[in-house]
Amino acid sequence: MGKGAKIARRTFLLGTATVAGGFAVGWYSLEQPYAFPLADELPRAITPLTAYVLVDARGVTLITPRAEMGQGATSVQAALLAEELDVAWDEIRTDPGPPAPAYYNAAIVAEGMPFAATDDGWQAGVARGFGKTVSKLMGLQITGGSSTVPDAYDRLRQAGATARAMLVAAAANRLGVAEDQLTTRAGAVVAPDGTALPYTELAPYARRVPRPRNVALKDPADWRLLGKPMQRLDIVAKSTGTARYGIDEWAKGMLHATVRTNPRRGGELNGFDASTAEAMRGVVKVVPLPGGAGVIADNTWRAMQAAQAIEFDWGPAAHPATTQALFDSIAGAFTDDAQDSRLKDDGDVEQALAQGADITAEYRVPFLAHAPLEPMTAFAWLTDRGLEIRAGTQIPRFAIDTAAELTGLPKDRIVLSALPMGGSFGRRLEDDFIAQAVLLARVVPGRPVKMTWTREEDMTHDFPRPAAIARGQGRVEGGRVAALDLSIAAPSVSASQMGRLGLNPLGADTAIVNGAWDQPLAIPHYRVTGYRAPETVPVSSWRSVGASGNAFFHECLLDELIHAAGADPLEERLRQCTHAPSRAVLEAVGEMSNWGSPLPEGAARGLAFCLSFGVPCAEVVEVRQTPRGLRIARAFAAADVGRVLDPVNIENQMHGGVIWGLGHAIGAALTYADGRPEQENFDTYPAMRITECPEIMVRALETGDTVRGIGEPTVPPAAPALANAIFAATGQRIRQMPLDREVRFA
Amino acid sequence: MKLTVNGTEIDIDVEPDMPLLWVLRDMLGLTGTKYGCGAAQCGACTVHVDGVAMQSCQLPVGDVAGPITTIEGLGTPDAPHPVQAAWIEHQVAQCGYCQSGQIMTAAALLAETPAPTDDQIKDALWGNLCRCGTYPRIQAAVKTAAQKMQEG
Repeated sequence: MGKGAKIARRTFLLGTATVAGGFAVGWYSLEQPYAFPLADELPRAITPLTAYVLVDARGVTLITPRAEMGQGATSVQAALLAEELDVAWDEIRTDPGPPAPAYYNAAIVAEGMPFAATDDGWQAGVARGFGKTVSKLMGLQITGGSSTVPDAYDRLRQAGATARAMLVAAAANRLGVAEDQLTTRAGAVVAPDGTALPYTELAPYARRVPRPRNVALKDPADWRLLGKPMQRLDIVAKSTGTARYGIDEWAKGMLHATVRTNPRRGGELNGFDASTAEAMRGVVKVVPLPGGAGVIADNTWRAMQAAQAIEFDWGPAAHPATTQALFDSIAGAFTDDAQDSRLKDDGDVEQALAQGADITAEYRVPFLAHAPLEPMTAFAWLTDRGLEIRAGTQIPRFAIDTAAELTGLPKDRIVLSALPMGGSFGRRLEDDFIAQAVLLARVVPGRPVKMTWTREEDMTHDFPRPAAIARGQGRVEGGRVAALDLSIAAPSVSASQMGRLGLNPLGADTAIVNGAWDQPLAIPHYRVTGYRAPETVPVSSWRSVGASGNAFFHECLLDELIHAAGADPLEERLRQCTHAPSRAVLEAVGEMSNWGSPLPEGAARGLAFCLSFGVPCAEVVEVRQTPRGLRIARAFAAADVGRVLDPVNIENQMHGGVIWGLGHAIGAALTYADGRPEQENFDTYPAMRITECPEIMVRALETGDTVRGIGEPTVPPAAPALANAIFAATGQRIRQMPLDREVRFA
Repeated sequence: MKLTVNGTEIDIDVEPDMPLLWVLRDMLGLTGTKYGCGAAQCGACTVHVDGVAMQSCQLPVGDVAGPITTIEGLGTPDAPHPVQAAWIEHQVAQCGYCQSGQIMTAAALLAETPAPTDDQIKDALWGNLCRCGTYPRIQAAVKTAAQKMQEG
């Protein structure tokens, strides 16, 4: 990488003021393709046709640069390629391949830009282009931000079409016929006389064909795979216990390990006594680690038992010790000095509210753990040849950087295999657990080590979704919402997270206000201000990031105002809405839920909307009062993804997002006492169970003109739709999550 | 200590208080059974002991009295159990990590209650947590499996 890349590596410029600078840094190299990561290393029997397509005697392998964490990334990447390459769906093989800058994610930076997804002006376009440049220069190979589909949509179809064109050209040379006489079908080039030349045989010749650029893509009307239900490639393995996750990794002679470190984040380790642990059956070694110790043993349970037997002397946390003190620190950020952004400022809010506010309210959301069901785990193996890491990760290249720093090894002697994850929800955007596995492997050179966290370690060492506070005011006039002023204070996820990656984000953190400032509404006097609270607990991206809490603030405040105006929540939102795809999802959810139709006594509906990650999503939640408490009876969600690539997976993701949003809204919170989270397992940090799960109806629309990802956008509207339904059913406004602190759920 | 796992008798030297989960995963290499919480809170570790669904993370191996069936013994990719076939048909899994446990619980339910009501399905699967939110498909897959099994 050139000088420009080095500059960008440490200064991650994401503010309006720095966009112009982006031209100077990056434009020159945007057109320079990266070399193929595997080109020089592959055995002769394997032919790489593009950075994504390998062909050998067994068939086609797709390198999938985005990691599988349950969202269906592997299958959708394969489908995009297979569609253009014309290979049979069930014959395509996938491999995460080596982490490499060529596999940068061009779409990941878009959400951090201070331009709304609905903004199609030239400045927004320039900023998005700049985001792609930064991502490319830095080789940001990251899975997250619902960006897999937007990033891969053109790139992998292009890869398939390019490889296909090369195979056709090779066949034309061999057969002595014109390329336009040839077709492709099921992994073969087919000649006019029906002779099929398998790709497996053509590939070595195709390699010598000049690689064409910008090959034409199929008309979507001709798609045979995309847009239709397809069986996930991993579905049989995941239904038979044969799928292998990081926690299932195994190698001959492997040792098992676990760790315990200070649950008071940032706190010192004053010392520990491992004399009991060291004498326990199966224990190989107790290893001091930053903040605690690891136990290497011959079995995971023995390692966990021994770790439990270590007596630690841990110092206090580096952050305020209690929930109250943590919220006080956020509440203290509503000052001019701490103002981080005011990206929405329409009309004259000050003047409108000078005549008196109809609603003044404060809302709060808690810290939340990711708690994927597979706890953090990583395999590391240090030998004379180098270091091998096998782990589920959303940031493979950063993990290699970390391992290189810890071992002093050059990066080309570190191999990382990215494994399927048993959930992540943003947790594996951190490499802390991989670092621990590397440190453990260092003390047993030659022996592979698999480290597995206990659930308790996982819950208390998360980088949670930050707590946040919002203060809202508004005014209604003539039965309409005339003014809405929302101020949100939260610690910066971007600063906390990127700081750990060695990056330095400048400018406003849009995560503090995303899902609130960027909504397509024409409220006459409308302002959203972000305040940056101090970093206390280290925080990170949690499924749907800032929008996860901000939609609760924005949509509950809006609902309060609509009720104060005496208007209908759906009609008033439609009236204010300025964006056609957003109107369409509101109308769809109204139709699906039969909005406005009478419900039985004690039942009511609530509505919420949020545009996040470029996807407008509207949800209606229907609650019923029962003798045992409030029951979430039904939920309806409509979202616009621009283009549906796999209807089954979209439905599954939409169900999952609604359940994630509702489940946490009901009862989840990380609370702090004595400097540490009070929740350690699923008994005190509850997730939605099947008995609480409502009937869920979903619809994916294709009104918008840009293809989008659906992993996150159905999360934000769920909590406010539920809170608004509770108000409609009971008259009670709950302005603080989790909701079960104030209402009993059945 | 003698155990019968998926029809095979096994003799292992292990302390009796080790949970069955870790015997299966770390000593027998049967990794289809998952660790999620270690406290019988999530159900990812569910196996059958004598046909009864049990959370193996809280079951000392010394207390196991009866043959053990794990997800690997229920069915295979080539010859899936009807519950697994229904899981594949409905494309239940997202991350898939909890699904071994879900399937084992569902299979035990259907062995006992061939035509469960919606509420019986929910009550049986209460203890199996899914963080991805696949519950609607789980519910549908259990119904399909029940129907297929009754049709024989």
